[in-house]
Amino acid sequence: MSYWQLLKNGIFGENPVFRLALSLCPAVAVTNSVKNGFLMGIAVLFVQTMANVTTSLLRKFIHPKVRIPSYMFIIATWVTVTDLVMAAYARDVYAQMGLYIKLIVAFAIILSRSELFASKNKVVPSFFDGLGMGTGFLLALVTIGFFRELLGRGSLWGIPIVPTKPLLIMILPAGGFFAVGILMGFFNWIDMKFFGDKGASGGGGH
Amino acid sequence: MEFSKLFELFIAASLINNFVFTRYLGLCIFFGVTRKMETAIGMSVTFTSVMVISAALNWVIYKFIMTPLGLGFLEIVIFIGVVAGFVQAADTIMKKVSPGLYYKLGIYLALITTNCIILAVPLVNVAESYNFIQSIVFGLGSGIGFSIAMIIMASIREKLELANVPRSFQGLPISFILTGLIALAFLGFSGLIKL
Repeated sequence: MSYWQLLKNGIFGENPVFRLALSLCPAVAVTNSVKNGFLMGIAVLFVQTMANVTTSLLRKFIHPKVRIPSYMFIIATWVTVTDLVMAAYARDVYAQMGLYIKLIVAFAIILSRSELFASKNKVVPSFFDGLGMGTGFLLALVTIGFFRELLGRGSLWGIPIVPTKPLLIMILPAGGFFAVGILMGFFNWIDMKFFGDKGASGGGGH
Repeated sequence: MEFSKLFELFIAASLINNFVFTRYLGLCIFFGVTRKMETAIGMSVTFTSVMVISAALNWVIYKFIMTPLGLGFLEIVIFIGVVAGFVQAADTIMKKVSPGLYYKLGIYLALITTNCIILAVPLVNVAESYNFIQSIVFGLGSGIGFSIAMIIMASIREKLELANVPRSFQGLPISFILTGLIALAFLGFSGLIKL
């Protein structure tokens, strides 16, 4: 696969949130505004890319029997880096979502890309795979955040767009579930309508 | 330590700040295993016990090893190592001591090593600087809260099998909307006690 295809696969074909339904916790948790979703997406993008590159570089040295714990430690290291950088330079956002930044370490998507892709491929393709998956994640979070902030607060990135608050429920905990559910159903519907696919949902799993 | 304070902490952890409905953690497992009541119950038992034990274990390690050595910044790496090691040990011991229980709960045990909800408990304990008893109560409360959430969801999803859902909403999307409705109901607990 060419690098462009790898990128596209992460963004559309195997979008982590809407298609693979992996790592759903942050998709609901931090998307009550576009800004939070964007920063979370950037954090995941960075961790995913770096974890993929590191795993790929070390793939010949990691014994297959201890590969999962090794990947976990690689990921945990990069999450710690992200966590400390964010704590230093994005204080106001970090106060709201510090716990979720730390929990990037438990995201199924990062571990599964290390295991399925980076452990079998060279560094450059792994880099692009990480970049594609991370970008797919980022776009998904921004999409959800866009609808939730616009409907819940009437603003985007903290800038007021509509004078009222059309649907306050969207920024409440429950609204996050509604937003993700409806968007997911909408993408399935598009898929069935225009591409004749039977939809990617149904699975979920870990 | 007063009992009433601990009780408040327990209620807060299990109902008001329910992990699934207000903190949105553990969703992968939550949607993955709640298709059948039986698996949901097995998962609840395993999760609650692992959460309590890992809360206690990580508290001891944080207090007596990491703090004196100034390793607080390594909390993520160390906690995940501790949880993974402990789960692996439990897995091995259970296989030897009670094979019957192992075949019932073993598969769940393998799944929870890298679960965000298990890791969240020690991280919150550290962030809120709870003492030993409080950490355990928080772990227990969160575990019970997660179990309640899974059991409610499983009982609804068993009924959902019979419902006529539009095709694009089948599976996960409808489950998300259902969870949103339950979360709305759980919002009612928020006035239960003052924090």
